[in-house]
Amino acid sequence: MTDEIPAAVQALIGVPLYDEQTEFDIEMGYVHNTCAAVENGNPLFWDKEVAAAITGGQIAPPTMLSVWFRPHYWAPGASVDRKALQAHFDLKELLNLPEAVVTSNETIFGEPVRIGDTLRVRQTIKSISGIKKTKLGEGRFWVIEVETTNQHGAHVGTDIYTCLGYRRPE
Amino acid sequence: MPDIHILTIDQVSEGQDLPELHVDVTASTVVLGAIASRDWRPMHHDKDFAVGRNGMKHIFINTPNNAAWFERYITDWTGPMGRLGRITFQMKASVFPGDTMVLSGQVKQVIIDDVGCAWVDLHLAVSVDSKVATGCTARVALPKDKDDNPWTRKGDQWKP
Repeated sequence: MTDEIPAAVQALIGVPLYDEQTEFDIEMGYVHNTCAAVENGNPLFWDKEVAAAITGGQIAPPTMLSVWFRPHYWAPGASVDRKALQAHFDLKELLNLPEAVVTSNETIFGEPVRIGDTLRVRQTIKSISGIKKTKLGEGRFWVIEVETTNQHGAHVGTDIYTCLGYRRPE
Repeated sequence: MPDIHILTIDQVSEGQDLPELHVDVTASTVVLGAIASRDWRPMHHDKDFAVGRNGMKHIFINTPNNAAWFERYITDWTGPMGRLGRITFQMKASVFPGDTMVLSGQVKQVIIDDVGCAWVDLHLAVSVDSKVATGCTARVALPKDKDDNPWTRKGDQWKP
């Protein structure tokens, strides 16, 4: 494995990629699924009266930001394997690193995501490291930033992922 | 509005510990979290894939569900007026079915910013067998008093 980043990959750094809109309007069913999975009883998400009084209507938990732009597992006419954070999977393939994990995640929250919103996301590869040896195998770390705005153009959040793409030891 | 728990900034001090939360993790915990976060990748629901392909010992909790657990833990403490501004976490080890994860936290800083928003900086962790599996820092806005509501802040008045 050479340390040099291929020119085609280098050219992707800093370039906005995959400008996409959510496939469905933000809805309460997914909010309740998420709250149920972690037994989150915050009345903001269960009591319309509380939501109206505090947030001016129903909102989604802020940490659901990345949930909204994950594609359905299957959709009519979709012929390829559908993945969220496509830039991450592009890097795995382009750098020939078959395995990958997210090692850290930072999210900065803006306007609340409201029920009925449609969101738009844009992925940007911020950096790619040289070859590193880790306990999982040899590979590279990369940082991908995902900016999310709502239908009014307001910033609702920025997700920053640091990932390790690696090849397991033989 | 029903009677709800609201934590205000005057009730918080640096060094204060948050009450621990203990969660016995099952395969259902992992799969429910993955599916709720629309994460269909097989290492979060298919043990054969997680072991044979990823080299893990079992399916494991996914990143967005990690975030959901931290949010639940934080807002259990703050009540619904607590508004997350920023959260950062590092996965050091995975959490598997059979583990008991312990969420813990401490107040590191209490500040009022230059636009008058009251913030609490927290250091948090998910630990298994007394080892930190996920370390986390979070910045949360709290009401300064009963008449303040961080959720009404927007634009220049919201600087997480």
